[in-house]
Amino acid sequence: MNRWTKDQMARRVAQDIVDGMVVNLGIGMPTAVANHIGADREVMMHSENGIIGFGPAPRAGEEDYDLINAGKQPVTLLPGGCFFHHADSFAMMRGGHLDVCVLGAFQVAGNGDLANWHTGAADAIPAVGGAMDLAIGARRTWVMMEHTTKSGEAKIVPRCSYPLTGLACVSRIYTDLAVIELTPAGAMVLERVEGLSFEELQARTGVALGR
Amino acid sequence: MIDKIRSSPAEALKDVADGATVMIGGFGTAGLPDELIAALMAQGARELTIVNNNAGNGDTGLAALLAAGRVRKIICSFPRQADSWHFDKLYREGRIELELVPQGNLAERIRAAGAGIGGFFTPTGYGTELAQGKETREIGGRMYVLESPIHADYALIKAERGDRWGNLCYRMTARNFGPVMAMAARVTVATVHEIVELGTLDPEAVVTPGLFVQHVVRVPRTRTTAGGVKEPA
Repeated sequence: MNRWTKDQMARRVAQDIVDGMVVNLGIGMPTAVANHIGADREVMMHSENGIIGFGPAPRAGEEDYDLINAGKQPVTLLPGGCFFHHADSFAMMRGGHLDVCVLGAFQVAGNGDLANWHTGAADAIPAVGGAMDLAIGARRTWVMMEHTTKSGEAKIVPRCSYPLTGLACVSRIYTDLAVIELTPAGAMVLERVEGLSFEELQARTGVALGR
Repeated sequence: MIDKIRSSPAEALKDVADGATVMIGGFGTAGLPDELIAALMAQGARELTIVNNNAGNGDTGLAALLAAGRVRKIICSFPRQADSWHFDKLYREGRIELELVPQGNLAERIRAAGAGIGGFFTPTGYGTELAQGKETREIGGRMYVLESPIHADYALIKAERGDRWGNLCYRMTARNFGPVMAMAARVTVATVHEIVELGTLDPEAVVTPGLFVQHVVRVPRTRTTAGGVKEPA
């Protein structure tokens, strides 16, 4: 079956990030979205550890570990970028000052509930970081994830079985098979990967899809 | 005369008592006050409650303090990391208490303590297991969770430059938790790489006013295990 690669998914998310937006990209798959935001758009990138307006990774040998992103990777500062403390950084999220955050997920429910911080397994050590603040804070929370688990189970579900990160917070889901908008009228398919029928997509999705 | 300059981390930390709550700044290696953590290790206080974003990495610093059995409880947002094996082991053996807090609630609870706020309603965590048992309230059509301030006996933070009044400037993302932790603790100890004459820091650029700081210790700039920092400009 045809699937979008991670790089194609990142490019697809980047298409929806428009000039002037303030954006926070989660750790993991969403980080790659930055590679596809072209020079035609000026976007302010925010990271939870107190930086806005950061740019790509520095050249080898130029790394400065006082200048890092939330993934603790070295970044660069663009002209206009600045620093602030942690309480201000999370005020930017919680206060609704970020236009978009893009997060990974274990599961998303049809009503926009998000589960992405903890599998709930008895021996797992829980760690939440900034996920809960981001999920409910940004004006738009977009999820980027594989459409199904490795064993083929739907990750878009009627109700999350994993512990929740935030309630009714996700508005759009970008997967390797489709782009789906969660609306009060239901989950609407905006795009499908080439060669995949609506019925085939529906069969891999835990909630009724509309178009 | 006000002079908060101390000769060593050990001098600044000599009065930490058993059972103390100690905040430690830092996110990654940025802003992590290595020398103060080493001094706390040598100082010997036990049954500590530690407030930090993480729960120690590798075998040094906070991880060493945990491994030595000196920490009773840790309040943090992200304990589990690839190299958090000392915390992982203590947690699995039930030998350390964990209070897991969403990172923004952690920062705001610390800020609230420093600002004299008795509690605040936040939307973060509502409806999740991290808000279980907490008071909730609908405000303006949205649901919020009541969170309480986190006070500390000591805050150990890393800044870039300071003066004898305790005024501090930070360097890039090493600022992170430093300013809010400095507000929340009874005693704040800051390391700096440079001590300057009073009146030299740009008053428009002081991030932490000196009244939040009790001890300032100069430490040499060292390369971090993560790959090093640039020399100061």
